[in-house]
Amino acid sequence: MAKKALFVKAKELKTDVAVIKDLEVSIGRIFDETWTEPVGPTPFPSITDLREWDFKLLQRYKPMYMPFCDLCCLCTFGKCDLTKDKRGACGLNMAGQQSRIVLIACCIGAATHLGHARHMVDHLIEKFGRRYPLDVGGVNVQLEAPITRLVCGVRPRTLGDLEDVVDYLEDQVTHLLSATHTGQEGSNLDFESKVFHAGMVDHVALEVADIAQIAAYNFPKADPEAPLVELGYGTIETHKPVIMVVGHNVISSVGIIDYLKENDLYADVEVTGLCCTAHDTTRYSSRAKIVGPISWQLRFIRSGIPDVIVLDEQCIRADTLVEAQKIKAPVIVTSDKNCQGLQNRTKDPADEIVADLVNGKVPGVLILDSEKAGEVASRTALEIAPKRKKFKVIPTVKEIIEAAKKCKLCNDCIRACPEGLLIPEAMREAAAGNLQLLVDLYETCIGCARCESACPNDFPIHSFIVAAAEKILKGEKFKIQAGRGAIQDVEIRNVGSPIVLGEIPGVVAFVGCANYPHGGIEVAEMCKEFADRRFIVVLSGCSAMSAAMYKDEEGKTLYEKYPGDFDAGGIVNVGSCVANAHIAGAAIKIANIFAKRNLRANYEEIADYIHNRVGAVGVAWGAMSQKAAAIAAGCWRLGIPVIVGPHGSKYRRMLLGRKDHEEDWYVYDARTGDRVYVGPVPEHLFYTAETKEEAMVIIAKLCMRANDTSKGRAIKLTHYIDLHKRLYGTMPDDIHLFVRTVTDIPITMKDEILDILKKKGWKEGRIPDPTLLPRLIRKMKE
Amino acid sequence: MQAESWQTAEVPGPTKALVITKPEVVVAMVKRTKRPILIVGHEAVDIDAGDEKLIDYTIRLAKTAHIPVVATAHIVGEFIKRGFPPAAWMPAVDITNRLQDPEWKGLDGKGQYDVALFTGLPYYMQWILFSTLKHFALNLKTISLDRFYQPHATWSFPNMSLKDWSENLKIMLSKLGGK
Repeated sequence: MAKKALFVKAKELKTDVAVIKDLEVSIGRIFDETWTEPVGPTPFPSITDLREWDFKLLQRYKPMYMPFCDLCCLCTFGKCDLTKDKRGACGLNMAGQQSRIVLIACCIGAATHLGHARHMVDHLIEKFGRRYPLDVGGVNVQLEAPITRLVCGVRPRTLGDLEDVVDYLEDQVTHLLSATHTGQEGSNLDFESKVFHAGMVDHVALEVADIAQIAAYNFPKADPEAPLVELGYGTIETHKPVIMVVGHNVISSVGIIDYLKENDLYADVEVTGLCCTAHDTTRYSSRAKIVGPISWQLRFIRSGIPDVIVLDEQCIRADTLVEAQKIKAPVIVTSDKNCQGLQNRTKDPADEIVADLVNGKVPGVLILDSEKAGEVASRTALEIAPKRKKFKVIPTVKEIIEAAKKCKLCNDCIRACPEGLLIPEAMREAAAGNLQLLVDLYETCIGCARCESACPNDFPIHSFIVAAAEKILKGEKFKIQAGRGAIQDVEIRNVGSPIVLGEIPGVVAFVGCANYPHGGIEVAEMCKEFADRRFIVVLSGCSAMSAAMYKDEEGKTLYEKYPGDFDAGGIVNVGSCVANAHIAGAAIKIANIFAKRNLRANYEEIADYIHNRVGAVGVAWGAMSQKAAAIAAGCWRLGIPVIVGPHGSKYRRMLLGRKDHEEDWYVYDARTGDRVYVGPVPEHLFYTAETKEEAMVIIAKLCMRANDTSKGRAIKLTHYIDLHKRLYGTMPDDIHLFVRTVTDIPITMKDEILDILKKKGWKEGRIPDPTLLPRLIRKMKE
Repeated sequence: MQAESWQTAEVPGPTKALVITKPEVVVAMVKRTKRPILIVGHEAVDIDAGDEKLIDYTIRLAKTAHIPVVATAHIVGEFIKRGFPPAAWMPAVDITNRLQDPEWKGLDGKGQYDVALFTGLPYYMQWILFSTLKHFALNLKTISLDRFYQPHATWSFPNMSLKDWSENLKIMLSKLGGK
């Protein structure tokens, strides 16, 4: 393991042979010599060390900016009008400003995961010690931290080893954020390179947080058969006291479960949660339950079921305290990043805090000690539940109809709704006693309640929808596989060859938030489609939950129907947001375990390998957060394309290839040094799809890679053409760009495709050993 | 005339779309343009435009005014079913990206377009794609044919009732010589 920045200074040093004055020795890092792999070119890279690689990608995938605002209002020069590429008072133009905003977003995302990782590492070291081993999969996972090894060039073996990594990451985020200050970076492409760096930093932070918690909390360790756990409102035993946990950092939830177990109370209390904390709670204890993704927060609180609400960090509604007070449920906040204005009671005796919460003396408290928070939450839930009697604020049918009669049909609700849901029509029908249109809104509603804020009558419109659909809500009973964590080394060995050669048509990762255009069912449908096509389907976060919330005709969810192996046809839940590290990690492992490429501090070569050979695509269908942006940015630097849903267009910048620009699609043949045209593979690096159908076609298309064998390319083309014909109703118009040799043509479509190729004037090409890096050419051309 | 964004918070900046107060404005623009293009999003299949779906209207408009059509998302098949293969189909982000590129030679290789008419995309997505074109396609004029005000277009209808909007579309078509 590396130690950083060793510095020795001696004013005067006397030896037998000499006197040395003002000796100063400075050593940047000391590397662990027990790891025999040579250190690559970029250990602990600075914000410019991988700039050349970034520029290669940015040359092929040029940014297309989609300004969300015409102005810049970040300093007192402004506001500055940047319309039509005007420059602001600081000299920055619109492209620079947009890329700067993307960098700020990615810094926020990376800092958030990193803050989480820092808290996790510090807490676990305090609890288990620095020497606690990082076992994330026993003998099945020798390569425990592929991203950290790749980026930093170190091999973390213990919790203590992660401290140096986190130090490095914090340093990088500081530098990146400083580049966004007025009068710093001026080039949009350099901003973009820094965006990639922020993404890479983010991926290391994800890995640090997850391997630390897997090891210390004994989460499923790379287990393809991790237990099936319960998900959905309907699975919650509402006669018991219910503790609702929300957020991403599981430490306080562990405190709750430990307290309940130690006091033999776990059977008496329901511990249930939303968002990634819920994922990780079920990784810690399979008895814990998941309510649903982030968009279920308001509906669950207003149902009155939670007796105590415990918040940690990230993606939590800022008005949780206000909502909790409506149902008379106390709130315990447990993160220094999310204090909600509550009094810090960390040092007070638990008895006093519980009494104050149960008696309603305070609406909530801040407790920055997970064990105390666990005790207070548990005891408060037990004491307050009989008093609250599940007090709820969901209106009755009669109340809805009465309100609907008073509705002015002003359209303010629909104009505030991100989805443009037809709320006024539903209200008009409700006034006539028909609630069906309100019921119909339930599946698509993302639970933001902007409709309520906009309503001039202050109607609780979201509650109207939830009340009308109460039967659906109560019927939500599903199974999801608990997050399995890492991918085993042996799984990588088994699939490495078929993925790189193209015989497994792709790895599709459905990740991110729940800001879906048409409800979570689209995620489930896409997962099923690609699992049936023998892609490897990987999930995390809210997407993993949404995919569980639909059943087939036999009443089975995807997780009950498909295996959890990282193999063709598998549906693999890795876990929470921080578990996304294992998805990128799997791609990196393929380069190392299967292809035997050196990993250690060898970022550029491994990214080049992944970009040209590993047919992986990320899909963040409901992405909304800055964290999702940072995760995507980490994929971009690895050359992995990311697709977002239509709301993802609001990330303000796409990275789009131009298949009509032939010159963009040449690689070097590492065998000969020849420059070879390989077609637009993958065509885009960051892409917004308008519809699910479009996304499915582009997923299949973006899985193609320059290295595909003819057999592999034929398989990939089969899926692309088949999906295009079924969903678009016609043959793709660009097949000629993806057929390199006649043997690439799917055998069942040979005549049809040959005819198309002839009309397009297609000429046969060849399949190189592809690389974008001249230094990897083994034999230079004369 | 002032108009408000349909989605309340989607306010732009100092430069807002000119409001199409009467359909003759669009007719004049289309008649004057040398290289128009019509981009049709997936919602056109479901949106009612008077007695027909919006997609059917766009076909009649394209035929009447001789405007090439780009179908976005997955709806090319819907055009083909109606016996009108579009000039091209491509993702909304791809056609926008090409329209902002001054070097692009167009679908027919004859050069960049001077007017782009859009309809049938999700409001918020259309909003942001218009923003790209407003800022970076300096020689392109954009027109929104949707019934909700799109502030980043060059020209847009204000927010209108379905009835008024359908009537405007009808007049537009008839003034262009169609039925």
